[in-house]
Amino acid sequence: MIKAVMMMNTQGKPRLAKFYDYMPVEKQQELIRGVFSVLCSRPENVSNFLEIESLFGPDSRLVYKHYATLYFVLVFDGSENELAMLDLIQVLVETLDKCFSNVCELDIVFNYSKMHAVLDEIVFGGQVLETSSAEVMKAVEEISKLEAASNSISLVPKSVSGWRGR
Amino acid sequence: MEQLKTIGRELAMGSQGGFGQSKEFLDLVKSIGEARSKAEEDRIVLSEVDILKRRLLEPDIPKRKMKEYIIRLVYIEMLGHDASFGYIHAVKMTHDDNLLLKRTGYLAVTLFLNEDHDLIILIVNTIQKDLRSDNYLVVCAALNAICRLINEETIPAVLPQVVELLNHQKEAVRKKAIMALHRFHRKSPSSVSHLVSNFRKRLCDNDPGVMGATLCPLFDLISEDVNSYKDLVSSFVSILKQVTERRLPKSYDYHQMPAPFIQIKLLKIMALLGSGDKNASDIMSMVLGDLFRKCDSSTNIGNAILYECIRCISCILPNPKLLEAAADAISKFLKSDSHNLKYMGIDGLGRLIKISPDIAEQHQLAVIDCLEDPDDTLKRKTFELLYKMTKSSNVEVIVDRMIDYMISINDNHYKTEIASRCVELAEQFAPSNQWFIQIMNKVFEHAGDLVNIKVAHNLMRLIAEGFGEDDDDADSKLRLSAVESYLQLISEPKLPSLFLQVISWVLGEYGTADGKYSASYISGKLCDVADAYSSDETVKGYAVSALMKIYAFEIASGRKVDVLPECQSLIEELLASHSTDLQQRAYELQALLALDARAVETILPLDASCEDIEVDKDLSFLNGYIQQAIESGAQPYISERERSGMFETTDYHPQDHHEVPTHALRFEAYELPKPSVPPQASNELVPVPEPSYYSESHQPISTSLDSERESSEIKLRLDGVKQKWGRPSYQSTTAASSTTPQAANGISTHSDAGVGSSSSKPRSSYEPKKPEIDPEKQRLAASLFGGSSSRTDKRSSSGGHKPAKGTANKTATVPKENQTPVQPPPDLLDFGEPTATTVTAVDPFKELEGLMDSSSQDGGSSDVMGLYSDAAPVTTTTSVDSLLSELSDSSKGNSRTYQPQTSKGPNTKEALEKDALVRQMGVNPTSQNPTLFKDLLG
Repeated sequence: MIKAVMMMNTQGKPRLAKFYDYMPVEKQQELIRGVFSVLCSRPENVSNFLEIESLFGPDSRLVYKHYATLYFVLVFDGSENELAMLDLIQVLVETLDKCFSNVCELDIVFNYSKMHAVLDEIVFGGQVLETSSAEVMKAVEEISKLEAASNSISLVPKSVSGWRGR
Repeated sequence: MEQLKTIGRELAMGSQGGFGQSKEFLDLVKSIGEARSKAEEDRIVLSEVDILKRRLLEPDIPKRKMKEYIIRLVYIEMLGHDASFGYIHAVKMTHDDNLLLKRTGYLAVTLFLNEDHDLIILIVNTIQKDLRSDNYLVVCAALNAICRLINEETIPAVLPQVVELLNHQKEAVRKKAIMALHRFHRKSPSSVSHLVSNFRKRLCDNDPGVMGATLCPLFDLISEDVNSYKDLVSSFVSILKQVTERRLPKSYDYHQMPAPFIQIKLLKIMALLGSGDKNASDIMSMVLGDLFRKCDSSTNIGNAILYECIRCISCILPNPKLLEAAADAISKFLKSDSHNLKYMGIDGLGRLIKISPDIAEQHQLAVIDCLEDPDDTLKRKTFELLYKMTKSSNVEVIVDRMIDYMISINDNHYKTEIASRCVELAEQFAPSNQWFIQIMNKVFEHAGDLVNIKVAHNLMRLIAEGFGEDDDDADSKLRLSAVESYLQLISEPKLPSLFLQVISWVLGEYGTADGKYSASYISGKLCDVADAYSSDETVKGYAVSALMKIYAFEIASGRKVDVLPECQSLIEELLASHSTDLQQRAYELQALLALDARAVETILPLDASCEDIEVDKDLSFLNGYIQQAIESGAQPYISERERSGMFETTDYHPQDHHEVPTHALRFEAYELPKPSVPPQASNELVPVPEPSYYSESHQPISTSLDSERESSEIKLRLDGVKQKWGRPSYQSTTAASSTTPQAANGISTHSDAGVGSSSSKPRSSYEPKKPEIDPEKQRLAASLFGGSSSRTDKRSSSGGHKPAKGTANKTATVPKENQTPVQPPPDLLDFGEPTATTVTAVDPFKELEGLMDSSSQDGGSSDVMGLYSDAAPVTTTTSVDSLLSELSDSSKGNSRTYQPQTSKGPNTKEALEKDALVRQMGVNPTSQNPTLFKDLLG
């Protein structure tokens, strides 16, 4: 089971954090900080895996990937495959890239709810739900379309739908 | 992802304003992004919190605005600030009909609330409604929320609808319904146990996505109960086959691999089903072989599947062909340049090595490369592998490596783990005791405070017992080398407390043993320790006890003792210490210095830490004295049952008798420490007791009852001085006289009741043990420790304890390679055995107080002998004491405790046998892979 999905920038600011078991806010912050302090001390060109039992308890592994200014982090237990998790990050990033065409850190900050929509299509309640970025895109777009429709009464300015349509 | 890298924040910042969010929010994000410090960020966020608090109170907030506020709340909480003031608005938003708002509401709620939050009750109704919605996106949003917000109590409220959704026409909904059901199963298996069959049904769903989702709950179910799913083996195999044959729609391909995540899940499930099942393994081997052939090892995901195959093979009963394929795949991983693949390779090697140990041989170079790799994760994984393949032939190299690594890291969590692994390996495979001590020293020096205290006790015991063979020379050499190494280390700054305890103890016991170092030199070092670590009372206690031992040995050997000025000042300082324990030790040391050689020798005999101390609980030798006292008008002892409210502390009835006659007042004080021996305690407490403190006081023991009594008498006088403390100080005497036998070297009699009890309990638990010495061991021990009969006796009796202590026993004996499992070395905590000393000690007893007349003494000592020569006399002794109901009481306690003891007899033997077996298997090179580390060793 996947325990947590985190995105943080290279300065340690969390950009998205989702824990699949409830954690109090303080604990979440502590974990994010802990993960970041480990990540930023890793040299380049080493493996993407970390044993992180000191933070997340026994049988927990962490896979991370570094894109531009962002770290993508997955924390999971022994029932998942490390390499597959690495690809799941890839799926997530590919999907985001399709969603926002040339995704960057700010897209993630400003489209918080859409980020979560994408993530929820891929990981559901801690289990991998969908791994085809095309399928995820389809679902997300459908949501966006319907949202836009239900919102059409000028609740959302044009710029937003324009942004979404991109 | 090249494009991603091209994007700088500045560029992105330039495009602000176009995101549909208000300027305010953009400014917020921007200013936080530019914040230079955490404090600045906090200030910004706090002011934002204020703004939002105000805004949310405004009436008639437009919905779009509200949505943005909610998002801002989520953002704030992600940054670690409390946004609970806005939770209710998020909850309200879930009620909205507008899909966008509803989804936002659900999102915020799932991020804000946990399943037990009070506000959940307001959402359950909405969820129920949404689950029935025509719009499948609404249903999906609700299912999403369910996973996070529904707890055991609310499951029934939504369960029927979720089950209904399993047949929804949209596959996305079916998928999520299965996941939700899975979540319920995780939270409360009983609530959905009747629905488990649904998962099986959904396995046949038309949509591969739904089928794939079903594998998740099935994996959980199967890992809980393999047997009831054996029938699915062929289904899983055929699904996997179809997947690999690309029967699934193209959209499930990922990097040209057909549905890799489904394949991985299937392999995981097959590993569960096939473990230990020849039939299932055979069915699987076909498809596994295919996978190895087809898998594209150039992509990451292909390797993920390969690794999963290796894992699966290591779990099932594979045929040789598959093993070969797995080994090939592993060597490909290890040869790869990617650290990720190396990591997987090492992991796979660790799994496969259990089935075919030779496989590691061909990869030794690769493994060593990984060990040298700068990547910490890889290094740790490699250490894990090495740990799995340690044998006596390679233990030295591996443990050395581990220690080097241990020294180099700062991560306490991992340091603890690797230290305990070093200790474990060293205990299991140590080629020599010398080496073992060296390794232990290193571990203590660098990770001392992280090591389990038992390890320290094992080390002390090993040094005390030596090889357990008849080779006294080797023993003293071992001790000398230990002492030398400690004298070297002792001046290093900031040693861990635990290590200092070991050092102090060893220096005290053996520092002057072979005359190489003078007493003043050693005592000077010990004083330095006590000075340098003046805030650590435990270390100080150890140091003072060690000093006492040094002086005792000096006195006993007839030399004149010159107490160094710094020792003198240390003692004086401790005499006024706030710690009663330290004070006690200091007083004892002072008292000991004033005694003559003979008395001292009986109190602290040389190198007697392994000997048992006998405790005559009934104090039968006092009978005469009591008789006399009663005749001269003292009140008879009142039994425990006749009194009330004395549940705490010691079970030393004896001292009651002892004191009763002299002082009525004291009699009162003695009432408290009274409860009878808890029978189970004897079993529990056998292993080294946790609190280091007390254990110290037990270990170094070896004394005679009578000489002890003498020292306790001295104590009594001292106590008199402190009478203002009333009962506690008085009890300290109690403890002193009661703990007499143990007070020996470590003399620490504890002055408050709680301490007294804890120190006394272990002893009482030892006592019943003695009768358990089985004749065979006695013979063994006798052959080992020929010479004086009393000595033989001692060893054998202490040997009798050993096997009762599972782990301790193992650890101590295992390091002795190539040894016959002859004499199980006694535990550190065993008390010196007084049979011999009792007789000799009569004198000081008499001299000192003349409390008892000699006739009673004689009777007493013979009784003591009788009591421990075998179990039977217990009753005899007590019958002598029939005067005092209390005693018969205790004898009952005894006989009760004896019972488990005798029944333990066979167990001891069994443990011994096992021990021998372990040693044979663990220590003798298995020769399976002797060349493995040839180059390392070379």
